[in-house]
Amino acid sequence: MAVPKIVGIETEFGIFVRGSAESNPIAASSVLINAYVQELVRTGHAARTAPRVGWDFEDEMPHNDARGTTVADASPPEVETHLVNAVLTNGARYYVDHAHPECSTPECADAFEIVTWDRAAEEILRRSMTAARSMLAPDEEIVVHKNNSDGKGNSYGCHENYLIARDVPFGRIVREITPFFISRQLFCGSGKIGTEAPGLTSDDVPYQISQRADFFEEEVGLETTLKRPIVNTRDEPHADAQKYRRLHVIIGDANMSEVATYLKVGTTAIVLAMIEDDELGLDLTPVAPVAALRAVSYDLSLQRPIELVGGRSATALEIQWDYLERAQKYAESHGLESVGESVGADVLARWEQVLTALETDPMQTADIVDWVAKRRLLDGYRERHDLEWTDNRLAAVGLQYHDMRPDKCLALRAGLQTITDPAAVEAAITTPPGSTRAYFRGRCLQKWPESIVAANWDSLVFDVGGDPLRRVPMMEPSRGTEAHVGTLIEECETAAELLDRLGS
Amino acid sequence: MAEREQKKKSAPQREEEVVEEDAPATSESGEKIKAELDDLLDEIDDVLEQNAEDFVKSYIQKGGQ
Repeated sequence: MAVPKIVGIETEFGIFVRGSAESNPIAASSVLINAYVQELVRTGHAARTAPRVGWDFEDEMPHNDARGTTVADASPPEVETHLVNAVLTNGARYYVDHAHPECSTPECADAFEIVTWDRAAEEILRRSMTAARSMLAPDEEIVVHKNNSDGKGNSYGCHENYLIARDVPFGRIVREITPFFISRQLFCGSGKIGTEAPGLTSDDVPYQISQRADFFEEEVGLETTLKRPIVNTRDEPHADAQKYRRLHVIIGDANMSEVATYLKVGTTAIVLAMIEDDELGLDLTPVAPVAALRAVSYDLSLQRPIELVGGRSATALEIQWDYLERAQKYAESHGLESVGESVGADVLARWEQVLTALETDPMQTADIVDWVAKRRLLDGYRERHDLEWTDNRLAAVGLQYHDMRPDKCLALRAGLQTITDPAAVEAAITTPPGSTRAYFRGRCLQKWPESIVAANWDSLVFDVGGDPLRRVPMMEPSRGTEAHVGTLIEECETAAELLDRLGS
Repeated sequence: MAEREQKKKSAPQREEEVVEEDAPATSESGEKIKAELDDLLDEIDDVLEQNAEDFVKSYIQKGGQ
């Protein structure tokens, strides 16, 4: 039976400083994050020492390749240890990465939870922008976008991470997930005006489904910043490496629609559970996966067939229907415990609804699918003002769809369905989910910030005075939950007492 | 696969029936949808950056992951 599909999302946000002739994105990202942390201290939501809690890089191994080999010409991502790195009481990591502010959600147990903590990440960015105002000149403003491209050939990611059993052959994952990754953009693409692929112009591609498809050049690989692969092989489980992999998914768009995030994570988790249990058995490998990824993104009619190995062909929608039908059968035969039974059943129902609507008339999905919602605004605006696709005002509409400023964000005005509870999102800004080890991380940071000197995904390092620093490993992502340690943390007055009772 | 073929066929039929039997309501809801979009476009005119050209041209990001 598949292991629990514990999931996290890491989002790199677009950033620039309005009113400043020359803005340095690394400096701006640092100001943004520091302003947020200082605001937490000022309002009593973090102890004075909290900002000192550093990220512990001991277990970072971004160069390890899941295929078990080292590719000689690959340039593995560097670990940037000198930049701002905050660990928040909701279990998230908030830091500067590659000249962008990045927020990694805490580990969540299911697709519904991740939407709540992803929304909390948006609120954290919004509060950061407000907090940063006091650190800038009066006519300057840091502006953040939840998107993946500047429209000028530069892309930044929104990565998903899924827990998978170590003993699943990586080749099977690649073979069986690739057609899914190529086709799932139909409901989780965020839409983009024009193209940034070499050799194409906006005459060829006036509008496309995905923000990211233009930037993918390989089928499988370790890279994340250039020659991006459809399946990323980074083997850095942040957990017991004997038992687990973490599938690092770099192909997704950042979503403004809550339902799109929910479907993206929910469907992917189910498909991965099926692959893990070796119950998928689909062979839909495209002859040319990278070309297929782009062709799907460019085909707004959703009719264009993709050539498959073995001489057959299928549209992206047909591929999705195949995955859905297998998933429905899998749910009947195996249950959906690994993704949460009720969430899994709801994801299956919504997955069928969205495919049916896309097949009937994509415009029917304008309240849940980002690329359709954005296209509706762009089409309306284009017709009203008689604009060409290349007009700057349309580009501004496309950009402002993703704007994190509430008074400028067009996604907030597009009539998108919401599924989160506003009170739960508010709580998730400072509180961890109770369902994973993020609970232990977040609650310890809430209660004993002065005793924690470093944190990372799989350990906390305590300084309780006198003794050497003490590391508490958290190699099991589904332990350290509220059910496991809630009462213990409640009962302990000091971190020293906690460590004694944990027996570490 | 068989199930899907059915779905594919039934969806457009349902749409046709609605148009034939209930044309006034459909155009009414069509007008409502158009009015909503008009309101939305008015709002976009209000919140769109004043100098869209500058805004768009100055939006340059460093590549990330």
